[in-house]
Amino acid sequence: MELAVQTRGLGKRYGRTWAVQDCALELPAGRIAALVGPNGAGKTTLLHLLVGLLRPDAGEVRVFGRDPRDVLADIGFVAQDTPLYRDFTAAELVTMGARLNRRRWDAPLARDRLARLGIPPDKPVGKLSGGQRAQVALALALAKRPRLLLLDEPIASLDPLARREFMQTLMGAVAESETTVLLSSHLLADLERACDHLVVLQQSRVQLTGGVDELLDTHCSLVGPRAGSGSIAGVAEVVRASHTERQSTLLVRRGDGPIDPLWTEHGVTLEDVVLAYLAEAGARVPASAWEVPA
Amino acid sequence: MIEFVLDGRSRVATYMQLVVQVKQALRVGLLRPGDQLPKVREVAQALAINPNTVLKAYRELVLEGLAEGRPGVGTFVTGSLAGPSLANQAELRDELVAWLGRAEAAGMSDDDIAALIETTMRGARAPQDLA
Repeated sequence: MELAVQTRGLGKRYGRTWAVQDCALELPAGRIAALVGPNGAGKTTLLHLLVGLLRPDAGEVRVFGRDPRDVLADIGFVAQDTPLYRDFTAAELVTMGARLNRRRWDAPLARDRLARLGIPPDKPVGKLSGGQRAQVALALALAKRPRLLLLDEPIASLDPLARREFMQTLMGAVAESETTVLLSSHLLADLERACDHLVVLQQSRVQLTGGVDELLDTHCSLVGPRAGSGSIAGVAEVVRASHTERQSTLLVRRGDGPIDPLWTEHGVTLEDVVLAYLAEAGARVPASAWEVPA
Repeated sequence: MIEFVLDGRSRVATYMQLVVQVKQALRVGLLRPGDQLPKVREVAQALAINPNTVLKAYRELVLEGLAEGRPGVGTFVTGSLAGPSLANQAELRDELVAWLGRAEAAGMSDDDIAALIETTMRGARAPQDLA
């Protein structure tokens, strides 16, 4: 299995604060991966490390087995808010891309895509709608024919229709290439049908990562009598627990063997799993900080 | 050719929703052996879903003996789920369309109609089941 992205002990520090810490990731080639986590979790920093815009302060990062700076021609990157030279037209940006990417640049592909989307070639991109600008940025990134495409919050600022159109273009493009995709978002719902791999980042650490099907197979929800702190047969880890007086509801990672029949098993959605990990890792302030009773 | 739609609120896995729609199309004769299924890229793009999900659905249909992949061309229907009733379905469908028109004219909503059909089917079948 070829790895598009591999990191070990990866860390990046701003002053005394670690923005990304002890990050171990493996993203197999050909996957479409979602990088999810709340704002400020370190998603942008991680993407910048992968594309070589930042140098790690700890650990190492490999893209197709090499230093990202040695494989820049293979990486497409669309930064947050799709920054483009706003006074340039889409047609001029395609021409400029050819000058900047001499090794590989598929200008006909970019023009074809933009034409099919009905984007005016002769209007400064600063005057286009947000959705159209995002499409121009995507078309430019795809014109590079990248083996790895990194997208930082590509749809966060778009309206629902433009979001859908963006994801449609992206999925169509991925289907006809072998591009590995990693796209970040603070909303999982938008990506759930598009992604087959997941990286959950919170408070600068990777809380959960793996293939979506594996994650759904290895997690389930259990309902049963109020649980003590003892271990449960067939359960490797209790990710999240909530209790009433008599009953406990647990989201667990399966271990070996069947689960104790005392518990009723329920399937979980990807969102259930992600929220359980995020909630468990989230920092809470005690109610006393607000001077109200808990 | 059929067009897939997804139920956003359904908890049924996306690939399974595609499988079910192909089977339904086979059942009502909308798809017949020899027909080509939509190309993976087209489905992925139209529904904004992972191309691997479409592949998974098509693999499932192949495993069930309902379709086959022809390398470089596409996936084609090979099996059929249409029963002997298929010939009568067109006529029944026309009658149903006319009935739906009357129901609508009588001021029934979609939910009213679905509820009426469901309870009628249950009611009409119950005595037979007991017999």
